[in-house]
Amino acid sequence: MDHLLSIEDLDADAIELILETAESLREIAERPIKKVPTLRGRTVCNLFLEDSTRTRISFEVASKRLSADVINFTAKGSSVSKGESFKDTALTLQAMGVDAVVVRSAAAGAPLQLTRWVDAHVINAGDGWHQHPTQALLDLFTMRRAHGRLEGLKVAVVGDVLHSRVARSEVQALRMVGADVTVVAPPTLMPPDPSAWDVPFTSTLDPVLADLDVLYVLRVQRERMHRQFFPSVREYRRHWGIDAERLARLPDHAIVMHPGPMNRGVEIAADVADEHEAIITDQVTNGIAVRMAVLYLLLGRDGAKETTDA
Amino acid sequence: MPELLLKGGRVLDPASRHDAVTDVRIVDGAIAEIASHLTADAPDAEVVDCAALWVTPGFVDLHTHLREPGFEDAEDIASGTAAAAAGGYTAVCAMANTDPVTDTAAVAHSVRRIGNEIGRADVFPVGSITRGLAGETLTEFGDLLRVAGVDFFSDDGKPVADPLVMRRALQYATAFDVVICNHAEDPSLTEDAQMNEGAMSSLLGLAGWPHEAEEIMIARDLILAAGVGARLHVPHVSTYGAVDLIRRAKAQGVTVTAEVTPHHLTLDDSLLGSYDANLKVNPPLRTSRDVAALRGALVDGTIDAVATDHAPHPPEQKDQEWHHAPCGMLGLETAFAVVLTELIEPGVIDALTAVARFTTGPARVRDVGEHGAGVAVGAAANLAVIDPEARWTVEGRRLHSRARNTPFEGRKLVGRPVHTLLRGRFTLRDGEVVA
Repeated sequence: MDHLLSIEDLDADAIELILETAESLREIAERPIKKVPTLRGRTVCNLFLEDSTRTRISFEVASKRLSADVINFTAKGSSVSKGESFKDTALTLQAMGVDAVVVRSAAAGAPLQLTRWVDAHVINAGDGWHQHPTQALLDLFTMRRAHGRLEGLKVAVVGDVLHSRVARSEVQALRMVGADVTVVAPPTLMPPDPSAWDVPFTSTLDPVLADLDVLYVLRVQRERMHRQFFPSVREYRRHWGIDAERLARLPDHAIVMHPGPMNRGVEIAADVADEHEAIITDQVTNGIAVRMAVLYLLLGRDGAKETTDA
Repeated sequence: MPELLLKGGRVLDPASRHDAVTDVRIVDGAIAEIASHLTADAPDAEVVDCAALWVTPGFVDLHTHLREPGFEDAEDIASGTAAAAAGGYTAVCAMANTDPVTDTAAVAHSVRRIGNEIGRADVFPVGSITRGLAGETLTEFGDLLRVAGVDFFSDDGKPVADPLVMRRALQYATAFDVVICNHAEDPSLTEDAQMNEGAMSSLLGLAGWPHEAEEIMIARDLILAAGVGARLHVPHVSTYGAVDLIRRAKAQGVTVTAEVTPHHLTLDDSLLGSYDANLKVNPPLRTSRDVAALRGALVDGTIDAVATDHAPHPPEQKDQEWHHAPCGMLGLETAFAVVLTELIEPGVIDALTAVARFTTGPARVRDVGEHGAGVAVGAAANLAVIDPEARWTVEGRRLHSRARNTPFEGRKLVGRPVHTLLRGRFTLRDGEVVA
């Protein structure tokens, strides 16, 4: 594997390898000196053409813990804001000889396009509504730590599925590892042809709750409400929001997850969020380990190969 | 002009349903004789060996973006008509979305005149339906017709969204018997749309362009055109539902014609996983089910014409993220070869019917003068000579357009024009565009 653009680039074995690698890297975070020399001399560029603080910092921490040099390239204040094209930015990075580019873009497909212009390994850190593979992998990692397994796990993904790159990646990844996924969304926020996802879709949340191991709550993108995707926050909350009453219907062992940032009082009630904050914080911690694993598997092996060749 | 003798070609003439190997004598830019075993009359006559080649009427494109005036970095009339000549076209209809817009007789006249001076193809300007393509105030149809001979009006690229404005345009057009062609897209259903809405858009995370957006607009326009008795032309039909609407309207006697592009006849949205912006087009590439319906409609005549929607864009515009890249693809130089390779060779359509959709079909839609009339004695010698066996690979950089945005890059095609004749004069000779 040269790049991580989409969950489709992986298979169950590849996912297992990433999660196992992340498991062994996770303990680095618990050491007093949270750093190993694995990627010393390697340069990772965080090319963030869309605002994202959480994911960028997570990748930055992951790279630094592996001793890679990190360049942060954000759209604001860069040549991009002066009108430089994506291709020119890519060619500049190519000329600088970076080893990996972590790219976030509002444009679906941008990471794939980038691979045509740079030799570096490309990691998709979220492209439009399309994919966010490391988010899905860190979620799988978190689920596995909580439940000890992934196969057969009953998961519901709830919310604004249409606009969600997380949902696209998450559902594909869960299917790949043999989890049992149901997608719940208002009909206006489902993808136009749900059959393409090959999992059950429903608009009714309550009947699926009793049997779940994981309730995965997606962020409602408030800025879209004026387009009549649903009539009001009140109405959304009533039918698809996670409140204490719905929480009570989940089995005791079930966990509630959210990719963040949360809209408290919209898709998730504040008290529910607080109650499940631990696991949501775990998601963040695990994100670093999983991103370290991805960087190591893409870049660390190059080094090993070069050493062997020499 | 010396006499020209086209020897031994397979003459495919849809106007007379003539399909046989025969010779064609051209004198003074017109067809003087069609018969077997002709010999040159004049001492300086040129004999062109057409053995194993097809001789057809010159092609007519109802839908070309020449980009001049205003966007000459993408294409100009010289490069656009060079592409036309290379594609076997002798007449192209230049769309109105230039800068300035073709909403005055002066702009239309200038486009026509530049086309005439270059002389690679006759250029028929399309007038806009509304001034500045703004969808509000009607263009002076009468003036454009009187001064510049414009009998075809379209705000292509932008729909006339307001039903009242569209109704008035259709009503008013009947005074001059001109054709109204409305870009079929309900804009309220396609905000931010990036590709066909469906299974593929669900996977690729691109906002969808539902087929209803096209069909609602066509249905509306058919109702309005029928109501006022106007002539409506539907551009670049892309969905099976649209085909059904047009088929039913024709059966009911509505004066409607329609066109389809080579790319909508051969490509579908399953290709878009590459996010190759050269495949981004409006209307979008649809599904294989739509492709099948469009092919059926082309064969049975529900769709009258193949039109290229030749839409050049400079490389820097297409070398962007899919989301930011403009819609449009080149078409003039690949159109017939694509249809030959994908439809004629596999037996989807017979050669004579296919040629009709490039010639007599478009000529029925609007007045293109002496073009699309057929291969007949006394007719102007506007002809394409095609090598149906020529095998070639599409390379954008080797096309005559100033732009490179072909969706068929790297595609192996069969068939290519060898010569194109405009009133008996070569505009393409032995595969080379003649200055």
